Amino acid sequence: MIEIRNINKTFDDRQVVKDVSFTFYKGKTNLIIGESGCGKTTILKLMVGLHKADSGEILYDGQNFPKLSVNEQETVRKKIGMLFQGGALFDSQTLEENVQFPLDMFTDLTKAEKLERVNFCLEKVQLVGKNKLYPAELSGGMKKRAALARAIANNPSYLFCDEPNSGLDPKTSIVIDNLIKNITEEFNITTIIVTHDMNSVIEIGDNIMFVHKGENWWTGDKSQILKTTNKELFDFVFASEFMKQVLGTPQK
Amino acid sequence: MLLYRVFARPQKHSVYMRQIIFEINNIGISSLPIIVIISVFMGGIITIQSAHAIDSPLVPLYAVGFTTRESIMLEFSPTIVCLILAGKVGSNIASEIGAMRITEQIDALEIMGINSAGYLIFPKIAAAVFIFPFLIALSMFLGILGGYIMGVSSGACTAYQYIYGIQAFFDPGKLYYSFTKVLVFAFIITSVSAYFGYNTRGGALEVGKSSTSAVVYSSVLILLFSLILTELFINH
Repeated sequence: MIEIRNINKTFDDRQVVKDVSFTFYKGKTNLIIGESGCGKTTILKLMVGLHKADSGEILYDGQNFPKLSVNEQETVRKKIGMLFQGGALFDSQTLEENVQFPLDMFTDLTKAEKLERVNFCLEKVQLVGKNKLYPAELSGGMKKRAALARAIANNPSYLFCDEPNSGLDPKTSIVIDNLIKNITEEFNITTIIVTHDMNSVIEIGDNIMFVHKGENWWTGDKSQILKTTNKELFDFVFASEFMKQVLGTPQK
Repeated sequence: MLLYRVFARPQKHSVYMRQIIFEINNIGISSLPIIVIISVFMGGIITIQSAHAIDSPLVPLYAVGFTTRESIMLEFSPTIVCLILAGKVGSNIASEIGAMRITEQIDALEIMGINSAGYLIFPKIAAAVFIFPFLIALSMFLGILGGYIMGVSSGACTAYQYIYGIQAFFDPGKLYYSFTKVLVFAFIITSVSAYFGYNTRGGALEVGKSSTSAVVYSSVLILLFSLILTELFINH
């Protein structure tokens, strides 16, 4: 479980995260949603330590991450898997080497054991037999799945996904969403997904935080979001005529 | 601060060792063709120019070999070849690390708990400091060989005169000076280029700018340190 308490972040006199608090539960897909530029990716980067919060607490199973020593932070980081928006696969390495990389760095497994683990992860993301391909030879969806395989290679306790569906067609998006949900439940991971894709929200939103202008504007789950009376969330969810027709417009 | 992270204790020695071997190939072996071509041609050119300049009967013709050796050993191979390597290797390092930065590959390393500066930069510095002296020694040999081929084939001097010239008044201490310069330049090229690549922010345009800055700053620093080391070694 990860808790964030009253976190704030300012860039050049512009406060992009305002006193945000939320709890991300273990074994559930926790979503941070909101329109572009609302601060959701900044919140994610604050949580993983890529940005430093001006104030507030980020608790990984009770440990306040920003206050830990460098070595203690490294220990926590080893339990984190992250799926970046663009995949962030290492270009000079094959798919197999990419997935094996965390195992090379942090485990003393034998070569055969590492290969077994790599193949297990590739099987989980439906990329069996693609071991020797380079990232440049993969499609967008395959890159996302490969990055997901690397993220889970070292048995993470926390999985962060930044816009996992961006640039993908609806069918592939659903494949990625379901993969993340299955992995979360099967390995009992605390998963945090940043997205603005309403399909993902409806499909896998166990625990949702809606961010508006850097603030935690609304919290709930996928069943509650469709009945919302919150104006800003309503405008976000039912932004398109299509969503209104498919989901039906609730009363404001 | 960046150098402190670069030289921090390696997290996994076997992985770092594998990276160093990869970089020796990437930085060193892949530079062989350009070094071979430039060294042979420059050796030949220096020999012809020296022979052309020596038109006094009072100066013996073995001076052609002597001049070629001194020019190549003291300045061409250690400094000019390193300037060329600053262009090739420096831009390669800056653009590689810069591209990794803008595509979040460095962030991915950091989140995994890996010291990205140490993992990416240290093997490049270690590989360059190890392999550059071999490349420059090869450049010296090929430059002098190129001079021999051009000198003898053009009739500027005889084989005996050239060989006598390259052996004349040889001071092994000058090799120490040359290879000290090479080690310093290897460090400058890799560390300066890695610095610009690592601190790239933005997109493809900024990667290009980092690459250009890496070459410009490396070149200027090479010339500056060449002057300082020459002053220290030759005059003191």
